[in-house]
Amino acid sequence: MSWLDLGALDDIPARGARKVKTAMGCVAVFRTADDAIFAIADRCPHKGGPLSEGIVHGHGVTCPLHNWVISLETGEAQGADSGRVPTYKARVEDGRVLLEMAAFQRAEVA
Amino acid sequence: MTQRLVIIGAGMASGRVIEHLVEDAPDAFDITLFNAEPRGNYNRIMLSPVLSGEKTYADIVTHDDDFYARHNVTCRFGEHVIRIDPEMKVVEGQNGHVPYDKLVIATGSAPFIIPVPGKDLPGVITYRDLDDTNAMIDAAAKGGKAVVIGGGLLGLEAAAGLRERGMDVTVLHLMGHLMERQLDPAAGFLLKQDLERRGITVKTQASTKAILGETRAEAVLLESGEVLDADLVVMAVGIRPETRLATDAGLSVARGIEISAQMMTSDPDIFAVGECVEFDGQLFGLVAPLYDQAKVLAKSLMAEPAAFVPRELSTKLKVTGCDLFSAGDFAEGPNREDIVFRDPGRGVYKRLVIEDDRLVGAVFYGDTSDANWFMGLITSAEDISDSRDTLIFGPAFQGGAPVDPLAAVAALPDEAEICGCNGICKGQIVKAIEGGATDLGAVRAQTKASGSCGTCTGLVEQVLAVTLGDAFQMPAAQPMCGCTDLTHEDVRRLIKSQELKSMPAVWQAGAWKTPDGCHVCRPALNFYLIADWPLDYKDDPQSRFINERKHANIQKDGTFSVVPRMWGGITNPRELRAIADAAEKYNVPTVKVTGGQRIDLLGVKGEDLPAIWADLNKAGLVSGHAYSKGLRTVKTCVGTDHCRFGTQDSTGLGIKLEQALWGSWTPHKVKLAVSGCPRNCAEATCKDVGVICVDSGYQIGVGGAAGMDVKETERLADVPTEAEAIEITVAFVQLYRENAKYLDRPYKWLAKVGLDWVRARVVEDLSERKRLVEAFELSQSIYRKDPWAEHAKTKAERYQPLADLTKEAAE
Ligand SMILES: Cc1cc2nc3c(=O)[nH]c(=O)nc-3n(C[C@H](O)[C@H](O)[C@H](O)COP(=O)(O)OP(=O)(O)OC[C@H]3O[C@@H](n4cnc5c(N)ncnc54)[C@H](O)[C@@H]3O)c2cc1C
Ligand code: SF4
Ligand code: FES
Repeated sequence: MSWLDLGALDDIPARGARKVKTAMGCVAVFRTADDAIFAIADRCPHKGGPLSEGIVHGHGVTCPLHNWVISLETGEAQGADSGRVPTYKARVEDGRVLLEMAAFQRAEVA
Repeated sequence: MTQRLVIIGAGMASGRVIEHLVEDAPDAFDITLFNAEPRGNYNRIMLSPVLSGEKTYADIVTHDDDFYARHNVTCRFGEHVIRIDPEMKVVEGQNGHVPYDKLVIATGSAPFIIPVPGKDLPGVITYRDLDDTNAMIDAAAKGGKAVVIGGGLLGLEAAAGLRERGMDVTVLHLMGHLMERQLDPAAGFLLKQDLERRGITVKTQASTKAILGETRAEAVLLESGEVLDADLVVMAVGIRPETRLATDAGLSVARGIEISAQMMTSDPDIFAVGECVEFDGQLFGLVAPLYDQAKVLAKSLMAEPAAFVPRELSTKLKVTGCDLFSAGDFAEGPNREDIVFRDPGRGVYKRLVIEDDRLVGAVFYGDTSDANWFMGLITSAEDISDSRDTLIFGPAFQGGAPVDPLAAVAALPDEAEICGCNGICKGQIVKAIEGGATDLGAVRAQTKASGSCGTCTGLVEQVLAVTLGDAFQMPAAQPMCGCTDLTHEDVRRLIKSQELKSMPAVWQAGAWKTPDGCHVCRPALNFYLIADWPLDYKDDPQSRFINERKHANIQKDGTFSVVPRMWGGITNPRELRAIADAAEKYNVPTVKVTGGQRIDLLGVKGEDLPAIWADLNKAGLVSGHAYSKGLRTVKTCVGTDHCRFGTQDSTGLGIKLEQALWGSWTPHKVKLAVSGCPRNCAEATCKDVGVICVDSGYQIGVGGAAGMDVKETERLADVPTEAEAIEITVAFVQLYRENAKYLDRPYKWLAKVGLDWVRARVVEDLSERKRLVEAFELSQSIYRKDPWAEHAKTKAERYQPLADLTKEAAE
């Protein structure tokens, strides 16, 4: 399994996100208050809002356009809304943020 | 036949007597009302909220000029009565005699002053009336140290008020614990802790030896030799009935003026009521029994039978955040037993005193929700032996299982007192409801219940709920969001009263149910903390909506719009050129003139933001905050510069206002406009603050809107000078910052607090205006900065993608 080093954990603000550009569109990499790292597609299932610009709370993010709340763990829209965002594997090791590449490479093949 | 009734003292007791009389016997008396204070009846118990700044004098007036005029009461305010002649039946005031058929003495009490050297120095104040309160407010405006002598109800309310106004406060108390007449030592200890937590120093067993100072009070010397610096000394050690007139007139006086159960003194034509009386060896220092007395006295005057029966008293402390209740008697005695409950974690303490299977006393600290139920048990003196095991857990746990909280209220007898301040019992409220009062406001208007200190509001609502059944809609105080049960207003109060200076502190104190809030509460909390503690709190960008975090407006496609500030709508060729160049360089698809006289560059990519800002900064342009809950624009007309109608330099004033206010964070966006004459070309009458220049000066209107609601401004003030117009505007904005709920525009907030409340603070009360302006300036010294410059220099990195994998994925 190949993991790509995206940068230091501190490059992402706590309760914040940074974007990663990929050939399949942007991925948003989130760092929550408890320093967990999540990667999901940076497109809200509602009208494509940039989730990386949302307010992060708990293990969720609120889309900045119309306030849908998306679970960072499952990519699922919360509450009354329904829809799902692709999620990717990411983790922290020695203070570095790592993203699993398989998904992107498979996508490239597909 | 109309009788001549003279009343000495326009206090809380006599005010109530007059009300009963004009209601039940409007033509029976020709009333003359003397008052040593230069004003009529007001709610004295609300002086503490006036001192702490929660209310103004206007809020606590109970009878205004109109009332006296309507009921033909001759007012002699500001005039002391110096003698009563019971033989001649005349009262001698400073400005002349008034004959009476019936006389009422309602002179209240005088504060006790401990006879120490220095007690007469300027800077030593007692706490009794509005003048004392104003003197404290003035003294506090200068800051410095205050020493409050006396740790009883009054002293502590004075201390909390002075602390709230920024003074460094020490309370000296002779006894071992605070409020020793109402509290036992354990509750006194919790109270002390609470006060210390809000920055008040408490010294118990501290005996004052002298007040030091040459020309005014400078320090307090204790018996222990300790010296405490003091710019202000408040003496609140007790009161004694004001009986001098009665003694001189030869009436029977013990500690107070002795009265019968009909409120009659030893002279059958002279009555007395209130704190100045003594009945059955007892004195009265709280309003509830005085109101009973007033009722009886009115009946006696109308020659109807009635008798005064003293009743059990309860005490609450009107200090926001100190939840304290004490009732009945809790002294130790041979056949008395205690039931005590403590929860140190929550700071809760409850103690019940039981004698012969009856509840005789109760002290609660930290959780007083069931206080009225216990008070009812004390008054009814019912046998509690059956429920003794669970008694301390309150009404919800009686009978084994938790019961409907309304059941306790439903079970109360009609005579049960609901509102202690006004002596209103359940039956009266039920009657009002049956007569058509269906909400709190109507009940309050008809019965006065919950109209004074307000602590019984919940209970009144429960009576409404019980009586109306399903027809009653409990006015749901909307919690801030799903993370807490507190309303925005609760949270703002909590932040101020407990001096919470970080978000985790608020989450903890407010019992948040989520680990770190949500997108609804976090931006609000971030604002509240910035507004209340500009020096101590550090802004949290992650709790801001993206627009404020990135200092640009997010658009539907995820691009941003950039609006440079254009002071008062004025620009020049150089700035226009810089904007045009930037638009070209960053491929801005749309360039638009906004409704607020600015130029909007729409469709800028997130990554380009720092670069375009840097370019615009180079031409001297700063962020227009077109995205912020903060000052947006000050729209202007051309005024005297060019217009033939202009009366003042409206553009100039607009620019000055914008320069004073820009960069400030507010509960919602704030828009201003200045028009040069009433033709109002800048449309100032639908802005949050709109100034119309006229020949005589400036008309300042506030609370306008032209969004989802369209509203015209209401006139706040007319002022002659530009400087004053600016000052009032700044003070208004700061008052809004300090008090409004997040996301309430000024017009919504005004609808809640009332224009009069605002005017009293920003127009009439000059020291409060000054304080507001200073508080605003302080915040500006930290928060007024151009975010574009800052972000372009130090945070540009964050605007770029963390990584670009487009190439790797293509490999
Ligand atoms: C700051 C403060 C907070 C309080 N808080 C509470 C509370 O929370 N709960 C509670 O139950 N009680 C409270 N009290 C006590 C309550 O206010 C008094 O019990 C009540 O006001 C007494 O009413 P009264 O009519 O007897 O006298 P007052 O209201 O004191 O009125 C007496 C009036 O008579 C006038 N007067 C005196 N002598 C003369 C004269 N010779 N000629 C003309 N006029 C004269 C005085 O100027 C005064 O205006 C508080 C008191 C103060 C000062
Ligand atoms: S508001 Fe009055 S002064 Fe201003 S431009 Fe219009 S007409 Fe002229
Ligand atoms: S696009 Fe995310 S909520 Fe509408």
